[in-house]
Amino acid sequence: MIRAWFLQPRFGLMPIFHPISQQAHAISELFAFVLVLSAVVFAGIVGALIYIMWRFRRGRDGSGAEPRPVFGHSRIEILWTAIPIGIVGVLFVLTLVAMRASDPDAPADRAPDITVVGHQWWWEIRYPAAGVVTANDLHIPVGRKQLVELQSADVIHDFWVPRLGRKLDMVPGRHARLWLAADSAGTYFGACAEYCGNEHAWMQIRVTAESPATFASWLAAQARPAPALGGPSDSGPALGAQLFSRLTCVNCHAVRGTSDTATVGPDLTHVASRPSLAAGRLVNTPENLRRWMAEPDLIKPGSYMPNLHLSDQDLDHIVAYLLTLR
Amino acid sequence: MTDAAGAIAGIPARPAHRTERLLGWIATVDHKRVGILYLITTLGFFCLGGLEALLMRVQLARPENALLSPQAYNQLFTMHGTTMVFLVVMPLLTGFANYLVPLMIGARDVAFPRLNALSYWLLLFGGLLLYFSFLAGGAPNAGWFSYAPLSEPQYSSGPGMDYWALGLLVLGIGTIASAVNLIVTILTLRADGLTIRRLPLFVWMTFVNSFLMLAALPALNAALVMLLVDRLLGGHFFLAQGAGAAAGRGPVLWQHFFWSFGHPEVYIMVLPAFGIISEVIPVFSRKPIFGYEFVAGSTVAIALLSYGVWAHHMFAVGLGHPFDAAFSGASLLIAVPTGVKIFNWIATMWGGSIRFTTAMHYAIGFLAMFTLGGISGVMVAVVPIDWQVTDSYFIVAHMHYVLFGGTAFAVLAGVYYWFPKITGRMLDERWGKVQFWLTIIGFNLTFFDQHLLGLMGMPRRVFTYPAFPHWGTLNLLSTIGAFVLGVAVLVLVWNVWASVRSGAIAGDNPWNAWTLEWAATSPPPEHNFEQLPPVRGRRPLWDLAHPDAQDPDVGDADAQTAPAAVAQTRFAPTALGMLLFLASEAVFFIFLVVSYVYLHSDDVRRASSVLDPRITGAYTVALLASSATIWMAGRGGRLHRGWLAATIILGAVFLVGQSREYWRLLREEVTTSRDVFGSLFYTLTGIHGVHVAAGVLMMLVLAGLAWRASKPALDREALESVALYWHLVDGVWIVIFGVVYLGGRYLA
Repeated sequence: MIRAWFLQPRFGLMPIFHPISQQAHAISELFAFVLVLSAVVFAGIVGALIYIMWRFRRGRDGSGAEPRPVFGHSRIEILWTAIPIGIVGVLFVLTLVAMRASDPDAPADRAPDITVVGHQWWWEIRYPAAGVVTANDLHIPVGRKQLVELQSADVIHDFWVPRLGRKLDMVPGRHARLWLAADSAGTYFGACAEYCGNEHAWMQIRVTAESPATFASWLAAQARPAPALGGPSDSGPALGAQLFSRLTCVNCHAVRGTSDTATVGPDLTHVASRPSLAAGRLVNTPENLRRWMAEPDLIKPGSYMPNLHLSDQDLDHIVAYLLTLR
Repeated sequence: MTDAAGAIAGIPARPAHRTERLLGWIATVDHKRVGILYLITTLGFFCLGGLEALLMRVQLARPENALLSPQAYNQLFTMHGTTMVFLVVMPLLTGFANYLVPLMIGARDVAFPRLNALSYWLLLFGGLLLYFSFLAGGAPNAGWFSYAPLSEPQYSSGPGMDYWALGLLVLGIGTIASAVNLIVTILTLRADGLTIRRLPLFVWMTFVNSFLMLAALPALNAALVMLLVDRLLGGHFFLAQGAGAAAGRGPVLWQHFFWSFGHPEVYIMVLPAFGIISEVIPVFSRKPIFGYEFVAGSTVAIALLSYGVWAHHMFAVGLGHPFDAAFSGASLLIAVPTGVKIFNWIATMWGGSIRFTTAMHYAIGFLAMFTLGGISGVMVAVVPIDWQVTDSYFIVAHMHYVLFGGTAFAVLAGVYYWFPKITGRMLDERWGKVQFWLTIIGFNLTFFDQHLLGLMGMPRRVFTYPAFPHWGTLNLLSTIGAFVLGVAVLVLVWNVWASVRSGAIAGDNPWNAWTLEWAATSPPPEHNFEQLPPVRGRRPLWDLAHPDAQDPDVGDADAQTAPAAVAQTRFAPTALGMLLFLASEAVFFIFLVVSYVYLHSDDVRRASSVLDPRITGAYTVALLASSATIWMAGRGGRLHRGWLAATIILGAVFLVGQSREYWRLLREEVTTSRDVFGSLFYTLTGIHGVHVAAGVLMMLVLAGLAWRASKPALDREALESVALYWHLVDGVWIVIFGVVYLGGRYLA
């Protein structure tokens, strides 16, 4: 009954109370219980204060004489120490149970299903078995938990998608693992939750949970290399591809199926099919793609994407090329 | 004002020149003036920190706001946190302690008045050094907690983090000095009859708090030294090292060290506040504190437990369920001694006759707000809840409820309570109540919304946020609340300024309170007391006013005639102070040695084979022998100059040996920047070497004084202190030699 109250629409804004996985559910249940307990305690104390302020205000008895000194009462004090110890003892047991339920053991010996590497300020996402490398756009099949390994390429980041469960730090040099699962299809938002420098605020992550069949076809599409460019060699996309190589884009960005294999920046093989750009900073539209390349230092100041001061024509060509990378 | 009138009122006759007045403040060693300097300076830093907060809140008032660049915002939130913790809350509480502790124990001043003044100037210069960074290429921007490797030079290339580390080191020295001073003062300068069990609770809390400072600040100092080695000498302490199981230890080590300081630090910031509340509530309820022993005892429990909870700041790091569970249990436990004090304070009010002065308004507000903050703290002690809400605005809300709703409210209560004693005038009570309501409304409007934002998924330390539903509205409300708070601060400043000039004259004891500071005039003369009332219990002035209804005796019934406190301690004050300082130094070295053990790996063992224990062993023998010679130098209660000279020579031999070893290693290209071993070796032995050099210097000074004129008693006391220092330095070397030179082969 309490849980139902929390799941009503008013709390739909609170992803923590709108869990979409068993693990997140375990946390929200415990949280709801603790919240109710806290409300009772707080109401008790505030109620006592209000009552005392009214009943023992000066002048109520009219005399203004000093009240009788009372120095303590050992039995009462022992009681009000023992009861809180009992309460925190119960909380501790509930903690242990919920820890196991919300963060089941993640084996360290087998290969992970997904590897997420944190960079300043984007997410590198790999599906090792399928040979897929993408960025910022994580897909998982509904109902099948995925073993995720978290790494960092630079500073400490943190992977947090509240509707799916706990957050976990990505510490350089450490390989942390957790289970990721969703019980129903949908798009779930998360963010980096460890201050990682200038653009920590724009390091959003989007998890799309879809049926296993849809997931499989998405994965297969991502595994394909970039489509070969047909058409005349002076068409927009072809010119764009040449600019891509000449203008140092290849020094950071990989496009599988070409000779561009750098891993400093996000893999762009299927960039046109992603929902967002710059880790959630922009919705992925052709206009925004153009804006991003024209002035990255204004859109995401501090980001390592340089402003190459491209001419309008060059921009047109490169955007045309990138739009073919579906 | 005539000289005679001035002398009677305890106010020094006004000097002829304005510069003399200014010089009087700059050169003062009077604890009251030092306390006032602390209060004024921290008010200034509070305004700076508050301005930083207001700028942040304006930037956050709307989604995707472009008022401040991320670079600017990140400097602001770093400086806001650093300022409020190190330049406002800690020194504010120290300033209160400075002013009140000698008065409350019936003393004339603190034990080391010049050290006291030095602590203040270190606060001012440390703060200025920190703020100079704005002019010198950018303020620090890695957060007040400065996690590695973001704080390392590769990711924070400007000088800002260097100013941060250096500024905090300067401040840390002052804090430790204050702690030593207060402990020695409380142990040695209490008035006749004032036993430890009769101490006012503010003094007791300050006493326990000072021990906390001695044990927590060294952890930070060790971390800062190691960070500076990384940043300035190319060290490898906090970087991820290659591959393998030990690879990620560096960044995690910073967190362990920082929070080993950081968690006791939050208790350092709140215990004196508990002390203030424990003074204010009884007086305005007209009843003694309910359960003095439990309140005092639970404080010690908190201090001890606070060393076992630090890793609850690291639940999200993923250090394993057993690790997380252990710290969760300890954190849930520490909530108990903290929480039951609330019951004690409420029980004090029960059956009383409550006066609703402004100070009492704040004290009652404290009870409600701190309870709320404490409850959200218990929530995040539950690990899975923390796994969701840590690093979100929920934690920002929690932290501000305990630090602002808790400590700041208590400080404001203290301001309204003790302002009459400090200045001789009353703060205006009507404006005080206006200020209270502005504060409590503004405070809740600012910070309650942040609980909700955290639950909605807003991470912290973000310069802006997307236009998710209601995020903008809640942030805007929070910003409005912040400006209401700003107005409240202005009202307070105005009230202080106006009341100093023309407030009602207070008299000695306007509140009819019971502790010794109210037996002095308002303000007290430089020597504090003309005459002390007899002390037979915890409320001397109550006993004086109610001879037929005195408080029951506490402790030794004959304690009224107990010998003066200073005779009760075995050590002279100087040696006692040195002993306390050495305790903090020992903690500092323990942390450095722990870093060696934590970062040890096969690579470190291989690299350590370059050391030659036999040669160093010879110099070690010299150093250890010097402990024997300095003991001989102090035998028989005299200073034997020959033995002192021998100690100096042996110390110098050690230093020469150390230098020769450094020379050899540098020629073999072993440097701090080569690898982790280099960083560890030079930091450990180098810091120790600096301590040896300082000891040799101290002994040279002693020897010079002893040669010039014979003052046996002074010489003996000084030698006792230096000898204690020297023994610690030797003891630390035994550990370092064992761990670095010998243990390198055996540590797996």
